[in-house]
Amino acid sequence: MTTLLNVKDLRAYYGQVQALHGLSFSLNEGSLTTLLGANGAGKTTTLRAICNMVRSTGGIEFDGKPLNNRSTESIVRFGIAHVPQGRGTFTNMTVEENLQLGAITRKDSAGIVSDIERMYAHFPVLKQRHTQQAGTLSGGEQQMLAVARALMLRPRLMLLDEPSFGLAPLVVRDLFGILGKINREDKVSILVVEQNAQLALELADQAYVIETGRIVMSGNAKDIANNEEIRKSYLGY
Amino acid sequence: MELFTNQVLAGIATGAIYACMALAVVMIYQAIDHLNFAQGEMAMFSTFISWQLMQWGVPYWAAFVITLAFSFVGGIAIERILFKPLAKAPILTNVAGFIALFAIINSSAGLIWDFTIKQYPTPFGSAPFLGSQLISTHQAGMIGVTVLLLLGLYFFFQYTRIGLAMRAAASVPESARLVGINTSWMIALGWGMASAIGSIAGMLIAPVVFLEPNMMGGVLIYGFAAAVLGGLTSPFGAVVGGFLVGVFENLAGTYIPGVGNELKLPIALALIISVLVVKPAGLFGRHIVKRV
Repeated sequence: MTTLLNVKDLRAYYGQVQALHGLSFSLNEGSLTTLLGANGAGKTTTLRAICNMVRSTGGIEFDGKPLNNRSTESIVRFGIAHVPQGRGTFTNMTVEENLQLGAITRKDSAGIVSDIERMYAHFPVLKQRHTQQAGTLSGGEQQMLAVARALMLRPRLMLLDEPSFGLAPLVVRDLFGILGKINREDKVSILVVEQNAQLALELADQAYVIETGRIVMSGNAKDIANNEEIRKSYLGY
Repeated sequence: MELFTNQVLAGIATGAIYACMALAVVMIYQAIDHLNFAQGEMAMFSTFISWQLMQWGVPYWAAFVITLAFSFVGGIAIERILFKPLAKAPILTNVAGFIALFAIINSSAGLIWDFTIKQYPTPFGSAPFLGSQLISTHQAGMIGVTVLLLLGLYFFFQYTRIGLAMRAAASVPESARLVGINTSWMIALGWGMASAIGSIAGMLIAPVVFLEPNMMGGVLIYGFAAAVLGGLTSPFGAVVGGFLVGVFENLAGTYIPGVGNELKLPIALALIISVLVVKPAGLFGRHIVKRV
C-alpha cells in the first residue's frame, strides 16, 4: 500500500498559542482514516493545517509532493477536497450552483454535467431541491450537499470535519453509509475527524487518537474499538 | 400630464447613471465590505481619459472602448497597490485609504486637465427622440447603454463560471478558497469591473453635467442613495434604487414647491437617512434564510 498523505512533526499556531505540538501520522491510498479526540484536542486544526488555513511548521506531503507554503486554493488542485466544520455551504446560492462550485477548478464540462447527475443518484434529496437556495436545506441535507460538493472535485483525498455534528442519529448512519460506499466504490481516500468515536471506528480502517495536539494512539480501527482501556481513557464510551 | 411623463422619462435617464454608480459601489462593497468613496472620482478620471483620446482625434466609440479597458486595468491596479495591503486593516484605515484615493485622483485630474468646465460630446445627438419632445436621443442613449450593460452583467454573473466564482468569493470567502477559487483575484476583478461600469456612467453623464474634476460629486451621492435604498447587499436592488432615485429626484424638483433644482441634492441625502432609519437593509437587502 502506498502512502498518500504523510504528516511529520506538524506544529500549528493561532497567534501566540500553539495548538499542535509535533503531530505525525500518515494515510494510505484508498484508506478511510479517522482522527479522534476530545474537544480542543487539535483535530480541526490538523485538517486546517493540511490546507494551509492556519500557520504551521513541519512536513506535509501529498503523494510525495510537499504541500507546505502553498495557498489553500492551490492545494485543492492536488485533488484534496476539504469539507469544513459547519459545512461551508454557499447558503444564498442554489443547490446546483453549490455543486458546480465544487468543480470550479475542472475544465471538462461534459464530465461535470455527468458528475452532477451522479451526485443526484448518490443523494436523491439534492435532485429534488436542485433549484432551491442551499440555506433552506436541513442540516442533514446541507451535510449531504457539502459531501457532494467535495466529490465534484473528483478528489483523491477528502477531508471531513465532524460530519456528524448537529445531525440526528439516523441521518448520521445514512451519511456514514454513503461515505463508506464512496470510499469503496469511487476509490476516494478519506480522512474524517470525529467526536462520535464509536461510529467513526465502525466505519474507518485506520484510527489515530489526538490529545492536546499530539498523537497518543494509533492503529487498526477495530483494535482500538476493542481495546477497553483506550476506549475508556480517551474515547469516553 | 406631458410635464409628468417628461419628468419621469428624464428621471429614468439620469436614474440609469445612478444605477451604474450604485452597482459599482455595491460590487466593491460585496467584495470587501467597504464603501468606495472614490468611485465617482475614478469615473471622472476615466471620462477625462476618453475626452483626451477624442482630443487626439480618436473616434467616440473607439475612445469609449479604450477607456473601458483602461478603467478595468486601473481598477485592478488600485486594488492590488492600495487596498489589498489594507485587507486586514481596521475600517478607519480603509476609510482613510478611500479618502486619500479621492483626493489623489481629484487633484491629479485638476493638475493634468485643470478645473475649467469642458464640453463633452454625445454620440447620440440631442435631437428629440423619435420625433417626440418627451425625451432626447442622448437620454434614450443613456437608458439604452445602461440596459445593455445590465443585461450583460446579469448574463455574466448568472451563466458564466467566472461570474459564479466571483459570487462565491464574495459570499463565503473561506469556502470559495476550499473549492479552489483564488478569492484575492476575484476581488481585484470586481474592482476592475466596478471601475469600468463607473467609467460608462461618467462618459454618459458628462454631456449633461459637463466635464470637470468635480463632476461626479453629486452623481456619486445619488448613487449612494440608490445603493442604500435598494440595499447594499443587492446588485439588483442597487439598479432599481438608481432608477427610483432618478425619478423621485425629478418629480420632487418639479412638484414639491420650493425644492426646485437647488434642493435636489439634499433630497438624496434625506432619502439615505430615512431609509437607514426605517429599513436599514434597504428595499432588497439580503435576508439570508439559514438553518443550522
